[in-house]
Amino acid sequence: MTLDLSLLPDGGVPWLAASGDHADVVLSSRIRFARNVAGYAFTARARDGERLRLLAQVRDALPQVPSLGGAAVLRMDEMTLTERQLLHERHLVSKELAGLDGANEVKSAAAVLVSHEAGVMVNEEDHLRLQSFRSGFDLEGAFRAATRLDRDLGAILPYAFHPEFGFLTSCPTNTGTGMRASVLIHLPGLVLTQEISKVLQGLQQMGLTYRGLYGEGSEVIGNFFQISNQTTLGRSEDELVEHLARVVQRVVEQETQARRVLLRDAGYIIEDKLWRAYGTLRHARSLPADEAMNLLSGVRLAVGLQLIAGLSVYTLNKLLIFSQSAHLAHAAGRTLTESEANLARAKYVRRVLADETGPAGEVA
Amino acid sequence: MLCQQCKELDAVLNLTHLVGEAVQQVHLCEKCAAERGLPTTIAMPKPTAIGDFLSSVQNQVSAMPGDAARCAYCGTSLRDFRASGRLGCAQCYGAFEQSLRDLLRRVQGNVKHMGRQYDAPTGEAMTQDAALGHLRQQLHDAVSREEFETAASLRDQIRTLE
Repeated sequence: MTLDLSLLPDGGVPWLAASGDHADVVLSSRIRFARNVAGYAFTARARDGERLRLLAQVRDALPQVPSLGGAAVLRMDEMTLTERQLLHERHLVSKELAGLDGANEVKSAAAVLVSHEAGVMVNEEDHLRLQSFRSGFDLEGAFRAATRLDRDLGAILPYAFHPEFGFLTSCPTNTGTGMRASVLIHLPGLVLTQEISKVLQGLQQMGLTYRGLYGEGSEVIGNFFQISNQTTLGRSEDELVEHLARVVQRVVEQETQARRVLLRDAGYIIEDKLWRAYGTLRHARSLPADEAMNLLSGVRLAVGLQLIAGLSVYTLNKLLIFSQSAHLAHAAGRTLTESEANLARAKYVRRVLADETGPAGEVA
Repeated sequence: MLCQQCKELDAVLNLTHLVGEAVQQVHLCEKCAAERGLPTTIAMPKPTAIGDFLSSVQNQVSAMPGDAARCAYCGTSLRDFRASGRLGCAQCYGAFEQSLRDLLRRVQGNVKHMGRQYDAPTGEAMTQDAALGHLRQQLHDAVSREEFETAASLRDQIRTLE
């Protein structure tokens, strides 16, 4: 099977649009529900035939689930490694579903459904992982969409549910609401002013946790953090979402304040550092992935501080995802060595920046 | 002087214990002192969230009797759960209820679901496969409650659908 990206509604990443609140700081808001269907062993214990039957059931249910209207159904076990990596780079599938976590091969009948509104991972750690993304800081919008999908699908497929423990999941850290609400947030101001560890400690005291750009097990790079609720029992879905939203609002304010302090106390040093990042992105001939991520973080900060004009947050979001290795390999139509990918990345970044701001040297 | 515990590194900490009326001196290197939870300059590795969780599972489950107890539905044992941190099926929650209750309290700080309640679909709303899955779970629940008449009726319904 060859992955035809045009089949994915909005490329599966409408959240790149940078249209929501505080979009220069909060890249996306996401809600996911972990659900299992009664009558089957959980995915890791299920036989191949059970996983296939489950996928067939979900497909049969599609016409009755409005929020999955027009959904693309992609079988992970029929894709190449590069294609699975590409979907992971777009945050559409987890490492586990894509068979990228090193511990497990991709499972039979592992699949992802992607529509404009929402997505479903099938045969992940749990039978179903329902998720909805929104651009910027819009947890409520993501929550509404994910809840709609959850109710529609749960009216057709019988979920495993216990009156005391709630929705039953493979790992007890998800039992209860099965909900993980999260935001992907960019906090260079707090990192540069060295306030970040205080903020992160505070999150943990408030029942929240943080991870890197790609969630569990991923390292923090480019000052991107994923902040989410840690527990799923003892509080309702609404309370968990409201609590996260309140804390994130406060973190956004702290980040804004930190940026003001940076400009006030270290104006020219910061300005020089950020323009150098921009200069490298515009002119480099070879860009390793980590370096690109860090430079993009700098330019994102510069745009937020209005030091660089004519460059949209949407373009920066696009660069962040589409300049990653599997995207470059997919565009090249073949696998790339690391050094080939670095060359391709630099070329792609130069082209996108030139398209947006004109030939080098003509920016504000 | 060598550390009295590992007998490899130099002792840098001298502890004075009172045992009854006798005074006892213990000489430890930094590493062994840190392992005993004494303040030293050695930073102990920070446990990760999943590490915390797995060690909770291990502590909790290893404290339980009947380590080899198995879920009758999927065959997962407490030992399997301890190794992977994952349950095998929804029925495991009933099979290991007490140990899970303790674990959830420890890991999540609570055992009570406060979110939305859910009624599984019945009758025509369900596809045939979903209905079968639902009936199979009901059958399992009935057997575990020793309600054999209900179980027999459920078995008939399953056969009809199959």
